[in-house]
Amino acid sequence: MPKDEYQSRDFKVVGTRPIRPDGIDKVTGKARYGADITAPGMLWGAILRSPHAHARIRGIDTSKARAIKGVKAVITRDDFTYQPEDSDMADILDNCMAGETARYDGHAVAAVAATSKSIARAALAAIEVDYEVLPHVTDVDEAMKPGAPVIESGRQQENVPKGYSENVTGRSQYGHGDPEEGFKQADLVIKRSFKTAATHQGYIEPHACLATLGSDGQGDLWVCTQGHYMVRNVCAGVLGLDAGQLRVTASEIGGGFGGKTHVWMEPTALMLARKSGKPVKLMMSRDEVFRATGPTASSSVDVKIGMTKDGKITGAAATYRLQAGAYPGGIAFLSAMCGFAPYDLENVRTEGFEVMTNRPKAAAYRAPGAPMGAYPVESVIDELCQKLDLDPLDARLKNAAREGTKSSYGPTYPAIGLEATLKAAQSHPHWTAPLGPNQGRGVACGFWFNFGGDTCVSLMVNPDGTVSLSEGNPDIGGSRASMSMMAAEELGVPLDQVRTIIADTASLGQNEVTDGSRVTFAVGLATIKAARHAVEIMKERAAMTWGIDPEAVDWRDGAAHPAGPNAGKFPPMTIKEIAAIASNTGGPIAGHHEVNAEGAGVSFATHMVDTEVDPETGAVKVLRYTVFQDAGKAVHPDYVEGQFQGGAAQGIGWAINEEYIYGDDGRLQNAGFLDYRIPVASDLPMIEPVILEIPNPGHPYGVRGVGETSIVPPLAAIANSVSRAAGVRLTSLPMSPPKVLAALKAE
Amino acid sequence: MSRIHVTTTINNDETDYLCETDETLLDVLRDHLDLTGSKEGCGSGDCGACTVVVDGRLVCSCLMLAAEAEGRTIETIEGMAGGDALHPLQQKFLEHAALQCGICTPGILVAAKNLLERNPNPSEEEVRYWLAGNLCRCTGYDKIIRAVMDTAANTRGAA
Repeated sequence: MPKDEYQSRDFKVVGTRPIRPDGIDKVTGKARYGADITAPGMLWGAILRSPHAHARIRGIDTSKARAIKGVKAVITRDDFTYQPEDSDMADILDNCMAGETARYDGHAVAAVAATSKSIARAALAAIEVDYEVLPHVTDVDEAMKPGAPVIESGRQQENVPKGYSENVTGRSQYGHGDPEEGFKQADLVIKRSFKTAATHQGYIEPHACLATLGSDGQGDLWVCTQGHYMVRNVCAGVLGLDAGQLRVTASEIGGGFGGKTHVWMEPTALMLARKSGKPVKLMMSRDEVFRATGPTASSSVDVKIGMTKDGKITGAAATYRLQAGAYPGGIAFLSAMCGFAPYDLENVRTEGFEVMTNRPKAAAYRAPGAPMGAYPVESVIDELCQKLDLDPLDARLKNAAREGTKSSYGPTYPAIGLEATLKAAQSHPHWTAPLGPNQGRGVACGFWFNFGGDTCVSLMVNPDGTVSLSEGNPDIGGSRASMSMMAAEELGVPLDQVRTIIADTASLGQNEVTDGSRVTFAVGLATIKAARHAVEIMKERAAMTWGIDPEAVDWRDGAAHPAGPNAGKFPPMTIKEIAAIASNTGGPIAGHHEVNAEGAGVSFATHMVDTEVDPETGAVKVLRYTVFQDAGKAVHPDYVEGQFQGGAAQGIGWAINEEYIYGDDGRLQNAGFLDYRIPVASDLPMIEPVILEIPNPGHPYGVRGVGETSIVPPLAAIANSVSRAAGVRLTSLPMSPPKVLAALKAE
Repeated sequence: MSRIHVTTTINNDETDYLCETDETLLDVLRDHLDLTGSKEGCGSGDCGACTVVVDGRLVCSCLMLAAEAEGRTIETIEGMAGGDALHPLQQKFLEHAALQCGICTPGILVAAKNLLERNPNPSEEEVRYWLAGNLCRCTGYDKIIRAVMDTAANTRGAA
């Protein structure tokens, strides 16, 4: 259990809505993203990708490509002579550049660097690959059956029961009590099966990087990523470099949502740079992003829940089957942990199966696994409420997890905010607003763990008393603003006296990637502690100047004060005054903090949505959407609201439109934004965010992560709304017009 | 490979460049002229991140050949602010926190400016449909729509 960090206080800066410090650069086009820089003598890289879902690579002839003028390097897997011992690293290498087998449509098989984009394209076209096409499987249920084409033999863990294909690589189990006994106590038991399609994170910025790497093993990499330390460590591990010789700088990042917590092509750029002796810029096209970078898993789920007439859940069970794509791994265990996490249950069991298929290696997508965890559970709870004539918010409140509840995945909860979100939903005008014909209202709850992890922050007090803050986590949605605000709050200085930058990998110690909704929590915690460290030093400097004990100095409003009348009658020394004489009182002043942050504080949300179903076309229109979520403490409420709204919008896309569509040939048929349709402005209503603040005991200001939980409830909330509007239970996502129409006709 | 010489006006500056026949206007803006405010999100005209104005009309610069810009007048995000004075839309986007990652922001600002020049009093629905060609994955559009509506109301109030 992490120690109790939280202390109630009156905030001056935290909780306000200042303009973000990187704002002007981003509204004027000056901000530099992954593809926005060049280097002298730079070459253009490009990657050749397999057109087959599964094929043995018998040979690659690059001679014609190498003969083209302006082509400076052509590489295949043979050029990656270092073989990582670690199996995760070996898998990443194989995913970046196929070895003996191309495992999915879009798998990289060769790469070039040339003096222009057009020459690079011509070189790709001149590479001849001899493929032996193999049988493939892209459906998760098919891939589990004995006799299915096996993607890679020998990767099955011992915990997988007999009777499954080798594609099933892992199985996990969670829960307590006996659901079968629980079902006997229920007045109604419903069992249903659900499916969700694979969806892509859909960040608007394709992956891009600029690499240099000398024969001495020293390299530099500029890259759009959620974690440049991770990129450094993985590239070093894959290429056999010393991490200290590779400096990685994070560009501004054009969205990630988990998809940029992985390495997809950076080792290729480094290898091209080493072989050519020149800087190489490598960018993915949108087609490559869809075909070769992580969508999240598709899922196939069975859920069984028993409920009494008065709404008590007596037994709950779920089996999750998620596809990991072309390599072992997977997130079914997270679905199995999250599905029932909002509820206080006596009898609950879940299991998750991780399944390999001939699809791109699945990647994290905003609360990975949790949306598919919640969707079937929240759908069946809604159906139980309908059939037992219960209010769906009342029923959830009756079963809601609270402080002291033993969660379905193990730990016992400290103070949590689920109940607060449900009560806020009940008292919101949205809940009682009238509905028209063909309209329905759905609600659902969602849970996410949140995360802390390795974090380093340095805070420098400059000679003029201003503050420079260095952190190591790419800022995707305004986190530099939040860090500056927490530093200003703690130091007692105006916000404009603090500037926060994202340091490169040579300038701070290890930082975990920007994931798990960890940054405002963990980097915020480290920022506050670094500020407190600097304050201690400044108190010592003031004490030295006054000739009193440092214990007799207080810090408030950006200045050192004598702690009381006994300390002496000295006028306060401001941070500016202390900084000005720092050289004479011991040298430069800086605070820092390094921590593996614990106590992230779990997060819950309740979503409420109205939809209208067109009975003639099956089209679903989202009419009204309200998000209720616990933020612990909203440091910058605008960007907390933005996370609520953005997660809901992605969930709407997942529920209604988005899916990876594969042909019988195993090729992705909709690798572009025209055919893979994410929500556009005219698809959506305003999304009302309601921020609840139940302080997280693990953070000095009570902060919880907010970024991911918002995508957990929408799938079920919308499915419940559509099911009520249509008068028929929908059990497969996306609820595209043909599917809804078929369900209406079947009714 | 022979190149084409193009003379054009970009953000009120007379500009000329040499381009290959298959290069797009976006390629030239980004790779030759270092005007990297226009972004390539898809290269197929679906995301709007490369939106510029050509002779008063919104264009996805990834869909226009660079050679076609001869004699045209082009406006990009880099020309939107007047010196250190932000355009009212840029200011409202900051005040409303209408951006998260910011990659779609230049294209959306260029498109929204073009809307308000044509229609100073758009309804919410008109704003949503005008911006339907500009994808944003972070915000759910809520704060973007509010920023555009607020700019329009402010501009009308000032006129």
